[in-house]
Amino acid sequence: MDKRGEHLEDWMNEEDWVEPEERRITEDEEKLLDELGIFGESRRRFLGQVSAAGLSVLALQLIAEQKALGGVGGRGPEDAALIAEKLENAVKVVMQINGDKKTLEVDSRMTLLDALRERLQLTGSKKGCDHGQCGACTVIVDGRRVLSCLTLAATCEGKNVTTIEGLANGDELHPMQEAFIKHDGFQCGYCTPGQICSAVALMVEAKNGEASYVSENIQAKPRAVQLSDDEIRERMSGNLCRCGAYPNIVAAIKEVHTGKEVAQTWQFAAGDDLASLESLREKDEEG
Amino acid sequence: MASLIGKATRRVDGIAKVTGRAKYAAEFNLTDLAHGYLALSAVAKGRIASIDISKAEKAAGVIKIFTHKNAPKLPFSDPQDKDGVAPGGKPFRALQSDQIMFSAQPIALVVAETFEQARHAARLIEAEYEKETSETDILPILGKGVPAEPAERAPKPRGNPEGAFRDAPVKIEAEYTIPIEHHNAMEPHASIAFWKDDRLTVFDKTQWVYNVRNHLASIFGIPEGKVDVISPFVGGAFGGALRPAANVMLAAMAAREIKRPVKIVYSRRQLATAHGYRPQTWQKVRIGADEKGKFLSIIHEAIGNTSQFETYSEGTPGTTRSIYACPNVQTDYKIVKTDLATPLYMRAPGAVSGMFALESAIDELAYKLKIDPLELRLINYAETDPEDGKPFSSKALRECYSEGAERFGWSKRKLEPRSMRDGPLLVGWGVATGTWGAYQAPSASRITLKADGTALIQSAASDMGPGTYTTITMIAADTLGLPVEKVRFELGDSRLPEAPVHGGSMTTASVGSSVQEACRNVLKKMFELARKGDASPFKNVPDDQLECENGQIRIKGKPGVGLTLTEVLRRNGLEKLEEMHNSAPNKERDKYSIASHGAQFVEVKVDEDLGTVRVTRIVEATAAGRIMNPATAHSQEMGGAVWGIGMALTEETEIDHRYGRMMNPNLAGYHVPANADVREIETIFVEEEDKIVNDLGVKGMGELGMVGVPAAIANAVFHATGRRVRDLPITPDKMI
Amino acid sequence: MRPFKYTRAKDGAEAVKSASANSKAKFLAGGTNLIDLMKEDVERPDELIDITRLAFAQIKTAGGGAVQIGALAKNTDTANHPLIRQNFPLLSQAILAGASGQIRNMATNGGNLNQRTRCTYFYDTAMPCNKREPGSGCGAMEGINRMHAVFGWSDNCVAVHPSDMCVALAALDAVVKVQDAKGNERSIPFADYHRLPGTTPEKDNNLGQGDLVTSIEIPKNNFAGKSYYLKVRDRASYAFALVSVAAALETDGKKIKEARLAMGGVAHKPWRASAAENFLKGKEATRENFEKAAEAEMKAAKPLEHNKFKVELGKRAIVRALTMAMSSGKA
Repeated sequence: MDKRGEHLEDWMNEEDWVEPEERRITEDEEKLLDELGIFGESRRRFLGQVSAAGLSVLALQLIAEQKALGGVGGRGPEDAALIAEKLENAVKVVMQINGDKKTLEVDSRMTLLDALRERLQLTGSKKGCDHGQCGACTVIVDGRRVLSCLTLAATCEGKNVTTIEGLANGDELHPMQEAFIKHDGFQCGYCTPGQICSAVALMVEAKNGEASYVSENIQAKPRAVQLSDDEIRERMSGNLCRCGAYPNIVAAIKEVHTGKEVAQTWQFAAGDDLASLESLREKDEEG
Repeated sequence: MASLIGKATRRVDGIAKVTGRAKYAAEFNLTDLAHGYLALSAVAKGRIASIDISKAEKAAGVIKIFTHKNAPKLPFSDPQDKDGVAPGGKPFRALQSDQIMFSAQPIALVVAETFEQARHAARLIEAEYEKETSETDILPILGKGVPAEPAERAPKPRGNPEGAFRDAPVKIEAEYTIPIEHHNAMEPHASIAFWKDDRLTVFDKTQWVYNVRNHLASIFGIPEGKVDVISPFVGGAFGGALRPAANVMLAAMAAREIKRPVKIVYSRRQLATAHGYRPQTWQKVRIGADEKGKFLSIIHEAIGNTSQFETYSEGTPGTTRSIYACPNVQTDYKIVKTDLATPLYMRAPGAVSGMFALESAIDELAYKLKIDPLELRLINYAETDPEDGKPFSSKALRECYSEGAERFGWSKRKLEPRSMRDGPLLVGWGVATGTWGAYQAPSASRITLKADGTALIQSAASDMGPGTYTTITMIAADTLGLPVEKVRFELGDSRLPEAPVHGGSMTTASVGSSVQEACRNVLKKMFELARKGDASPFKNVPDDQLECENGQIRIKGKPGVGLTLTEVLRRNGLEKLEEMHNSAPNKERDKYSIASHGAQFVEVKVDEDLGTVRVTRIVEATAAGRIMNPATAHSQEMGGAVWGIGMALTEETEIDHRYGRMMNPNLAGYHVPANADVREIETIFVEEEDKIVNDLGVKGMGELGMVGVPAAIANAVFHATGRRVRDLPITPDKMI
Repeated sequence: MRPFKYTRAKDGAEAVKSASANSKAKFLAGGTNLIDLMKEDVERPDELIDITRLAFAQIKTAGGGAVQIGALAKNTDTANHPLIRQNFPLLSQAILAGASGQIRNMATNGGNLNQRTRCTYFYDTAMPCNKREPGSGCGAMEGINRMHAVFGWSDNCVAVHPSDMCVALAALDAVVKVQDAKGNERSIPFADYHRLPGTTPEKDNNLGQGDLVTSIEIPKNNFAGKSYYLKVRDRASYAFALVSVAAALETDGKKIKEARLAMGGVAHKPWRASAAENFLKGKEATRENFEKAAEAEMKAAKPLEHNKFKVELGKRAIVRALTMAMSSGKA
């Protein structure tokens, strides 16, 4: 028998049957994807990895912003020129940001962080303390993680800056971004861009054999190191997370670093999946 | 489709957060935005004798400077400024008088074209003060404490506590202190305000958009409907964004005056006096017991600080009344006025401070009795609420003790202090009980089923990190029989149906219940619609035999016949079906004692020579009803544990009492735990089936995970070293 | 932050010339401390001379087994340079004990030397501080002084130097090379580089206006196999030292030929523990002798109200650092 039931045939149309695999997107999401510049094949791939619920969170704020702003509107490029006019000690600086050449005229006092957030609308880099005490503003400059809050924009002439917005390859998340989602390596999300930029650069530091305060043998010739949990903890200590997601952050980094799955550390009391936890503990003690 | 509830589910806002696209209050982009920067007082008490803004006004880029002299006198139509979290007293109103109530109080607001210009000009403001002597430490003035609650509301002694204590064969008596601590969420408080005609819109960091809306409406004397408050992402708050901070009112005021959008973000230094803090507390606990460890009497006194202008209290010794079976109990709670800003709820307020004292004292008693500390807690297990004799709606604390102990390996513990080692390090194991009320508040939500097969859920809730976006999405999807991908949840906007304050660990219970009920109602209506028409396959099929699975209405047990929500709507000529719903806590709750519980086991390793303590392992056994999303629930418990580490070992706001000034208002001197301070944290969920608390069976977890941890750590430190530290935090200087 | 002119120096001579011409000019290197202090309105230069692109970033051998470290080499690059890791692991460790990965990637060696105290009174412009504002008084003396000095303080200032790197450099008898306005280069032994507060706490070191640190030279030594940098702090990482100890030993069998000890977190400058060193010379490397050496050093300590623990902690830290040095850093 036709699974739809014969007597329904005149009642409904073929296309009304739900096809669970097929992702339909809402109007808001359409708008959002347009806004993000994701079209065609890209759009399909992006949707493949992002749940609609997740996408809708993005859509929500976009719509909220548009609704809220009403006639007021967002800041346009003409504003930038306007600002430059009002500056004392303006410095012209040209740098690569996420692969794009950016020319800015900045107040000599403007930090790279404020240039990103206030002038380039790259608000992914966060201002947590503005004094080099939290790591939320971490970006990657010329391959190294640095604090954008203590970097004057004026000093960035010719530099290559990568922010959280530049980590994904087009619409494909960076493995570290994926691992942070998988291991719930954040809660409020505010330290997250800094954590991720820091972790991405850390992978290179490990490859280069850079040492840390907890490294066993400082005198050893620098060569690629396999980071223990304690090494990751020490090397990530410049990124504070007030939500306390540290163990999950370590798990995410470890998974990217080793390429091996890292087990979760929660269970239901009736559950019987204790083995993975045991092995986790043993490994940790070895490390 | 299997139930989503209880399945580890990735955050629906995960992509937004890991790509930097999630927008927090300071990050909305407005044309012609002006930047505000606050200037703060240098003294703690007195009045501003003179304030000179002439240099600042001449600085480049300055648009306008507001002080108490020229700031518009606003209507302030409500004595409490409609702040639903305000304690008694008069709220602080920035720039409305020359009075100085605390050091680093806002005395001026500079508005300039750029952030750099505003910050610089604020430094050029010169103020002179008529100074008065300030008092910012409660320890010398404990005698000035006044009851935190009026006599008629304060809990009366149960039984004869003094007499029973006097006659008890085994006694313990000890005093404990906790310094002021700060929330120090990673995101600083920020507001952007603008007016369009007579309508005020604000992007704000808040745990309660309705509160900020009502607050601003009352201050400016305008209808609440003329204020919109938007806050889609909150970068951590932990209680710190429960009350509107001064910046939101000042941004709105300045925006109206200069007719441009104004943004005010606090600097980290300024945050120390922007939003409150965990109060300084002094506590004294006396416990009398018989030789077998049965508690005969508990007398718990607590004194905490408040400001000169508000009477903040947080029920510090409150949990002592219900957590153990004891016939004679007395709790006295007082507050003392200090020349500081008003404290504010900070993760597990009251409970974590009170339980630090009680659970430390119980540990001290255990050694005196030579009874295992876990055993002592079991001896005094409360089967019913000892305060009023009510049964617990559910209480799996006993299972938490046993499951946690087993997981932790507690049976291998040696009773004597200094008996366990790991090489040169002393090892200590400690345990403590945690508890938190399972609160629920009335909550509204709206659901819109759309013809495209998606559902839109709306409620003005907040998600400061626990995963509200995800959990509510899951609840809605589960109830509606839709995949998570087809459900969208909007929060953080005062134009949405009203949700209660995002605090007290009650968001999932409150908003979740409302959404669940709304979804059920809308589904009922869909069933009704699906039955219409003679050809309907569901004609005459009652509701209880219908279900919705994967967006398809069908008869239970007959998965072959289905009708999509889309088609049902279309058949009825509807584009959408909308349902508003107001939910209220179940009345049945009143007949029961309702709380979540947990047992928290801690291992520390102490380098005795250097006085350093490391928490190497924490097992949190948690009974909080039904777990919606174990992934984010575990994160909550983990966060609570990390907060416990901070409170126990590193966190202290230092005040120079000569000046009444906080001296470490930053993240270099105020030590929140860093990654290296945290090692293994495991959570065991001991689920409780509890339909009394609410139909979801949800109790809430954000605070619970922290409550016992500081005591468990202090207890572990004693076990490791034989040194009892009663004054937090346990820094190396106290271990030398 | 006050408005300032930003210039980028082409070479050392130009940098020094510009800085000498303007008493309110400052060199900008990594900026990790200077920008921080400018935001707090503690540092108020009206001109910043960006020297980060000058050619003082090399790390190389300098004859006689000495190694020269460019003043503008980053802390990270210095700590990880094979010459440093192999010959002066103590220095690597000390650098890596400081700040965070991000900050070490930015901070330069010269900047590390010239960083200013983290005394909370120095940082708060509403508070008295003789270092920030000579004559205004010392807030910490009778205020909150848990983090403050136990050696060498004066009635004017009880602040400590915050560096870890400098503690190792003090122990290793480094020499600081400085270029002055007249184009002269001079060498300052590390012990003479930083100052005790005395009556001029506003002066952290003996540089004059316009003096530019170009490099740091570490003489050859035989401590590489037996050295250790110990840092005791309130948090497991990313915190300033309560007490730190750089210990380096050269032994002949059980006998100590040479001992080098310096302490951080105890004085206005990296504190060379000479009394302990002198005691150890020629003695056997035993715990008892380490304890006596620590005793000899710490008996001169003069603690303040909140930092009395540093005296005992200092002793224990010295003993631990020496013990760790003897076992090549393994516990």
